[in-house]
Amino acid sequence: MVAVDKSENVLSVNNLHTYFYNRWGTVKAVDGVSFTVKAGETLGIVGESGCGKTMTASSLLRLHPQPASRIIEGEIMLDGDDIMQYPESQMRDVRGRKISMILQDPQTSLNPVYTIGNQLVEALTHRTDETAKERGLRKLAEEALRDVKVAAPNRRLLDFPHQMSGGMKQRVVGAVAMACSPKVIIADEPTTALDVTIQLQYLRLLKDIQARTGMSIIFITHDFGIVARMCDRVAVMYAGRIVENGPVREIFNNPAHPYTAALIGSVPRLEERVDRLFQIEGQPPQLYDLPVGCRFKARCTFAKPVCEEAYPTYYQVDENHNAACWRHDPLWESAPPY
Amino acid sequence: MGVSPPLLEVIDLKKHFAVTKGLILQKIIGQVKAVDGISFTINEGETHGLVGESGCGKTTTAKTVLRLEEPTSGSVKLYGKDVHQLKGDELKEYRATVQAVFQDPWSSLSPRMRVRDLIAEALIVNRRVSKEEVAARVSELLDHVGLHPAQASLFPHEFSGGQRQRIAVASGLASYPKLILLDEPVSALDVSIRAQILNLLWDLQQEYGVAYLMVAHNLATVRYMAHKTSVMYLGKIVEQGDTEEIFNYPLHPYTRALFSAALSSHPDIVRDEIVLPGEVPSPIDPPSGCSFHPRCPVALSEPDLMKRCKGELPVLTEVAPGHRVACHLYSGGADPLPADKLKMHKDGGKAAAIAKKQLAAMTTRVED
Repeated sequence: MVAVDKSENVLSVNNLHTYFYNRWGTVKAVDGVSFTVKAGETLGIVGESGCGKTMTASSLLRLHPQPASRIIEGEIMLDGDDIMQYPESQMRDVRGRKISMILQDPQTSLNPVYTIGNQLVEALTHRTDETAKERGLRKLAEEALRDVKVAAPNRRLLDFPHQMSGGMKQRVVGAVAMACSPKVIIADEPTTALDVTIQLQYLRLLKDIQARTGMSIIFITHDFGIVARMCDRVAVMYAGRIVENGPVREIFNNPAHPYTAALIGSVPRLEERVDRLFQIEGQPPQLYDLPVGCRFKARCTFAKPVCEEAYPTYYQVDENHNAACWRHDPLWESAPPY
Repeated sequence: MGVSPPLLEVIDLKKHFAVTKGLILQKIIGQVKAVDGISFTINEGETHGLVGESGCGKTTTAKTVLRLEEPTSGSVKLYGKDVHQLKGDELKEYRATVQAVFQDPWSSLSPRMRVRDLIAEALIVNRRVSKEEVAARVSELLDHVGLHPAQASLFPHEFSGGQRQRIAVASGLASYPKLILLDEPVSALDVSIRAQILNLLWDLQQEYGVAYLMVAHNLATVRYMAHKTSVMYLGKIVEQGDTEEIFNYPLHPYTRALFSAALSSHPDIVRDEIVLPGEVPSPIDPPSGCSFHPRCPVALSEPDLMKRCKGELPVLTEVAPGHRVACHLYSGGADPLPADKLKMHKDGGKAAAIAKKQLAAMTTRVED
């Protein structure tokens, strides 16, 4: 167990914009995203595909596709330093050591022609501490595998990725990501390729490691079940922006943005059969053709003409809980309906 | 009314695939028992859910029902007739009666066909219809699945994922089928679109009385859609019965573990999580006796029971009306656990309250 100061902000992202420029125009994949992650905290970024979750994550590591996309503006404060100002050479020291990522599909994130041991050792060479020199990388790789609960690690080091099952491979990917004990781990839908029983094993493992090392996790997912199980705080994304941000229980009990409420209501439940699922009509807007006002307006059951006029600012709903929705404006009740 | 045969009857179905070795002189070195003796029936207008982890034989079962695979033994009967023996007109009739909607509408719809032709294909191939009838049916179907009839002349790439799945559903419905196979119908779609498609499938069932065989790994989806559920593990059905009964009182240790591993829908609903040791064994060489025994938390804690589980294959036996389990725990005729202890979600009431509250918050605006 590592004692961490839970009030300290490890990562704070301020007004991040990542745009793609292509023949349709400007695709605003990430359009003004701000959030903070405290030490030892798990933040969930929830949203449907194409809402900018993954682009936000890769922008944090500055691994967004280049030259197709560019970070237009924004500030990423990692551990007190603005990594946006770092040159590329310095970013190499940040990736893996301070911030690291677990990708969705373990089949493609491991190199099929190198052994597991080889790939772990490669990640471990970026460690700068003394233990690495003293104990030898091979030994450390074995320990890293033991940490992610892979049985018989010394034999497994000689295996190639195809000799392992999906769940095992994802553990190895986790071990590689955590090899240099980063402060922040971004887990981008790490369990979508896994079966439910294996998913639970993996989620518990991540929680265990977090409790032991005090790292922060950013969990990117579209599954509210994972959010409920894993996260302390949730940021809900829609069409490139965070529409609601708050503690996990607040989000589930009093969703302040209609999109959050609709999304939670549209998921079938295992515990009880609801008579009819709430369905969100229509589809999300195209990111190169965004409306001026609220981006959810066309699908929202509460919309009024004011929603078209301007994008709402963040309204403080509760302590640490804010939402970008005009319904929380004091003048909402008096606004004319359609 | 006499005893009419049910819509679909699957009787002791087995599908084994040979594992071969060598290039020229191939030797059969083993059998993958993808489906190993499963039985279930589907009545008209009913949904049967097939759940299990990947590799448990769900899709092979679906393929065999669709006549895309020949069974090794056992039979699939539609209205009492073995579908694998059908020929000529009867086969044509079967193909019109049984249709399928697949997981991924990006690959299941031909990119070179217009929506009109995609929907009409099943109708033209299987039924004798005039051009006017086809056009009328296509417009009717598009309207039913929530698309505009004018969209019939577009190509699939002009639609979003949810709309494509609607087209796939429309094309499945075209030939007035009695049974539609749904192979993970929503897992390739966006979260906000899934409810649209599930509600659509539900409404179409109410309207046309079509039966569904639904293959899914998402348990909550199956609970929402299915009347009856079968839980599969390594090619066998370990538990089968009415959906509500199974989800409220799961009996087989595997079912209980599977349900406990599915994440709850609210942070306040906490379940006893049963973490199974290890992973699903290879179906090439499945464990002896009950194939679940090496991972079964009950058997692992009781050595006496373990001996039986290792040596003896449990059979599917009825333990309560409409609830059958294949497990030695329940085969002695004894009632091993009281009902309240078996109840899976002790705080199910809380979940219902939360769901109602959320739904009410969403619908108040619509009503006024």
